[in-house]
Amino acid sequence: MLHVGLTHFLVISIALFSLGLYAVVTRKNAVMVLMGIELILNSANINFIAFSKFGNFGLQGQLIALFVIVLAAAEAAVALAIVLNIYKTLANINVDEIDSLRD
Amino acid sequence: MTTYDIIFYLFAAVTLLSAFFVVTNRNIVHSAFYLLFTFFGVAGIYVMLGADFVAIVQLIVYVGGILILLLFGVMLTNKITNIEIKTDSINALPASIVLGLFTGALGAAVLNTNWKVVESPAPEATTTALGNLLINEYALIFELLGIVLLIAMIGAASMARK
Repeated sequence: MLHVGLTHFLVISIALFSLGLYAVVTRKNAVMVLMGIELILNSANINFIAFSKFGNFGLQGQLIALFVIVLAAAEAAVALAIVLNIYKTLANINVDEIDSLRD
Repeated sequence: MTTYDIIFYLFAAVTLLSAFFVVTNRNIVHSAFYLLFTFFGVAGIYVMLGADFVAIVQLIVYVGGILILLLFGVMLTNKITNIEIKTDSINALPASIVLGLFTGALGAAVLNTNWKVVESPAPEATTTALGNLLINEYALIFELLGIVLLIAMIGAASMARK
């Protein structure tokens, strides 16, 4: 069990996913929610690359991980623009207090 | 315990400890800096899995780009006079219980499954092979990702400018 194999990487990925989901569910600040989403995407990437290596799928898993990183960058940019707009309109980015679509 | 194992446990500890501090710290700026260590640890895990190019892309895009964007978001959504940038949590207890059960179920599923592991060849530099795949087999997805990035850039700029 001490020898590092596929299971070790999967366990790390599960732990990272749960921590990210915890941040998304419990934190009030919208920027913290975005950080949780980044943790979740990272755990998915670890899964992709681990299965790509231990399942001997060549480089396809690494390629998908690259695509995920690109989409994460696009997501962060758009989400932060939305958060900035919300702050300009409502002067507040606590996700439990924002409940109106317009001011 | 080989050297590989020791380095793996080191990176795993860095990743998980700093991720734990990210989600529990009350100061958002501290959380953002702990996120830096998480991304470094994940990049190290990619290297352990033989994915050198993905690790470098992770460092460049996440640490150099996304983390800076998140810090910008923190700075721009708090008043300058507000030195202590604190934020609260809600529903911490129910969330820990449900997520603990969820993590336990996932972990049990992973540990009890008899994964069929194929011995992969020794890792080698992946940059050339990835580049070949990207412009031959996956050329369409490559172009589509370029369009997605362009649309995201235009959309974010026009939204934040208003």
